[in-house]
Amino acid sequence: MAISASALPHAHAEEHHAHDHEAELRREHLMLDPKPRGELNAMVMESMTSTSWKFWVVAGILAVIVAVALFGAWGYMISEGLYLSGKNRPGYWSLFLVHTVFWVGISHAGTFVSALLRVFKVEFRRPFTRAAELMTTFALAQAGIQIFAHMGRVWLAYWMFPIPNQRQLWVNFQSPLMWDFLAINTYLLASTMYLFLPLIPDLAMARDRSTGWRKSVYRILALGFRGTEAEWTHLRIALNIFAFAILPVMFSVHTIVSWDFAVAMRPGWSSTIFGPYFVIGALQSGVAAVGMVVIVIRYTMKHMDYFIRKEHFDAIGKLMLVISMGWAYFFFNDYMIQWYGGDSFTDALLHFHEAGPGGWIWFMMLITNVAIPWLVLWNKAWRRNPVLLFSVGLLINVGMWAERYIIVPVSLQINRMPFLWGQDFRPGIEVPIFIGTVAFFVLLYMLASRFLPLVPVWEVQEGQMAHSIRRYGKEPVVSVAELE
Amino acid sequence: MASLPKIPEYKAEWAEGEAGRWGIAIDMDLCTGCQACVAACSMENNVPFVGEHDAGYGRQMAWIRVERLWEGEYPEVKATPFQPVMCQQCGAAPCEAVCPVFATVHSQAEQINLQVYNRCVGTRYCANNCPYVARVFNWADYSNYPEPLANQFNPDVTVRRRGVMEKCTFCIQRIHKATDQAKAEGREVRDGEVQPACAQACPADAIVFGRLDDPESKVSKLSKDKRAIKLLEDLGTQPRVTYLKGGYHGNLG
Repeated sequence: MAISASALPHAHAEEHHAHDHEAELRREHLMLDPKPRGELNAMVMESMTSTSWKFWVVAGILAVIVAVALFGAWGYMISEGLYLSGKNRPGYWSLFLVHTVFWVGISHAGTFVSALLRVFKVEFRRPFTRAAELMTTFALAQAGIQIFAHMGRVWLAYWMFPIPNQRQLWVNFQSPLMWDFLAINTYLLASTMYLFLPLIPDLAMARDRSTGWRKSVYRILALGFRGTEAEWTHLRIALNIFAFAILPVMFSVHTIVSWDFAVAMRPGWSSTIFGPYFVIGALQSGVAAVGMVVIVIRYTMKHMDYFIRKEHFDAIGKLMLVISMGWAYFFFNDYMIQWYGGDSFTDALLHFHEAGPGGWIWFMMLITNVAIPWLVLWNKAWRRNPVLLFSVGLLINVGMWAERYIIVPVSLQINRMPFLWGQDFRPGIEVPIFIGTVAFFVLLYMLASRFLPLVPVWEVQEGQMAHSIRRYGKEPVVSVAELE
Repeated sequence: MASLPKIPEYKAEWAEGEAGRWGIAIDMDLCTGCQACVAACSMENNVPFVGEHDAGYGRQMAWIRVERLWEGEYPEVKATPFQPVMCQQCGAAPCEAVCPVFATVHSQAEQINLQVYNRCVGTRYCANNCPYVARVFNWADYSNYPEPLANQFNPDVTVRRRGVMEKCTFCIQRIHKATDQAKAEGREVRDGEVQPACAQACPADAIVFGRLDDPESKVSKLSKDKRAIKLLEDLGTQPRVTYLKGGYHGNLG
């Protein structure tokens, strides 16, 4: 029998332990580690204004990529024709639609995560809701670019706007593309308002702490917010309405995106489960993107190491794991129901997915969307490792890209006329245009980080006021007050 | 007050099973697969040549194609009969509902499916939703022929530019010419008076065009033949093209 030779714990050591526990709590949780309000405001202002030369080098490179790869290539394609892209018959749609759905998916989760966590009063949300909401707006801009690039005659895109006109033409509200157009515009408007509302107090804070052109712009944007009781009450009511209302809007909008495919008469597309499958797919890619964005701003911006902590990585990692399980469930459902249907064309398509020339993409999708998150994100230490979490987020986005790739160009190769089944698919000018939209997204985010407070500092202050550590005997206990 | 002219609806207004107005019957036992219909259609309708490279990549623009498939493993190979496929002018066309700008609509007069090139913005949704894969897209300005070649264009048919969808029209310009002539003479169009380019060029007379709402027309009789089938009829698209089933051609027929 082994003999334990450790010293007996005594009263003093226990007190020391309890003290450690409290320090650990404060180190771990932003809400328990309060700073004076003035100091927080100054930190956020400084994170916006302290710009190193490296920032401008990166921004310059991105701007060149945007100018050449996005607008240059796109302009060339507009003047030459869509033959520069990899489309043919039967692959009438291809990477532009893949990338539209990709960006719409990413954008949906930004506002969704923020609204969901706000509705459920999840306290760790406070420092990164705005980073997620900004992602929505900028990713939707990229989705718009992709869908316009997809059009054969983009210079007539305004024909899709339902505005009274002297052409005596109206739009076809029976078309899923029309639903899609209206739904995405609704979402853009709603999410931009939802982004702007909690921004108002921070803009007022910035207005009171800046000079020059910044002050004049902030003065206009802050809408004369002074922080009176009535203003706060109105803001809270409006935020509450928007946070609740935007959740069903998000679900309906991405369901409508899925209807572009689900209502079409095609094997592999006309699947009744596509609505929730697309919604969970959007969350899968979007939450992973929120994780990536949060990690990047944590390590590149000044003072962000105070606001964004390991607890946030941990929480986002858990969310990614849960959503990955949800995605696997819906993927299985979709596959199972299509296979069980027994339609011979669908059978041929499912076989083509796995064993066709793009079969490796199908398997890569399952590995990066399911296997890797499930293996990595179980582990608390791994979730809290920024490099690992960033890599998993990136891989999930690669997997979600692959999912849309399987749905659009790969599924289009199989139709009901076997004479025109395709095998060949070459990506063309879509590749530089996609790289251009990625660069544009990052560039917009970088420029916004110089101008908008990326941390909703009033929400952090509110949370820190509500939290305190009480002692019950020797044990520190976290207590949260209900402020609203 | 005179009643307002009726605006054409976006899709078929008639009940399922109704015959439609114009139709084609194709006898697959007669078709020799000579592709004369493909060439004639391209010349009549200003269908551009896309060149070897683009054609190899699946961007041919012919409005009609002669399908043939092989079944089985070599040497036990059976060839299916030749099957010319063009737009089936569906009574309930899946392409019409999905166009966001009404660029593909159903015509009241001819009861066929029209493609309005000027209105098309090129979303290509109609092509994805067509179960017969009958539509082709102008991926580039393929019709920019050098000068003497541009004289071959048929002046009765629009030359399409890049970015618009197109498809078989049952040679609607010929239908109009014949109906105008008949109207001027105060009579109905006679059976066989109007022929699309494919039917006119077919050396075996495998393609027969005419009015489906005239029970005495040749195409109506052929459509009621016991060999008559319609492509993907179970989808409920009400196609206006009838195929008369052919036999297999034996080994490599």
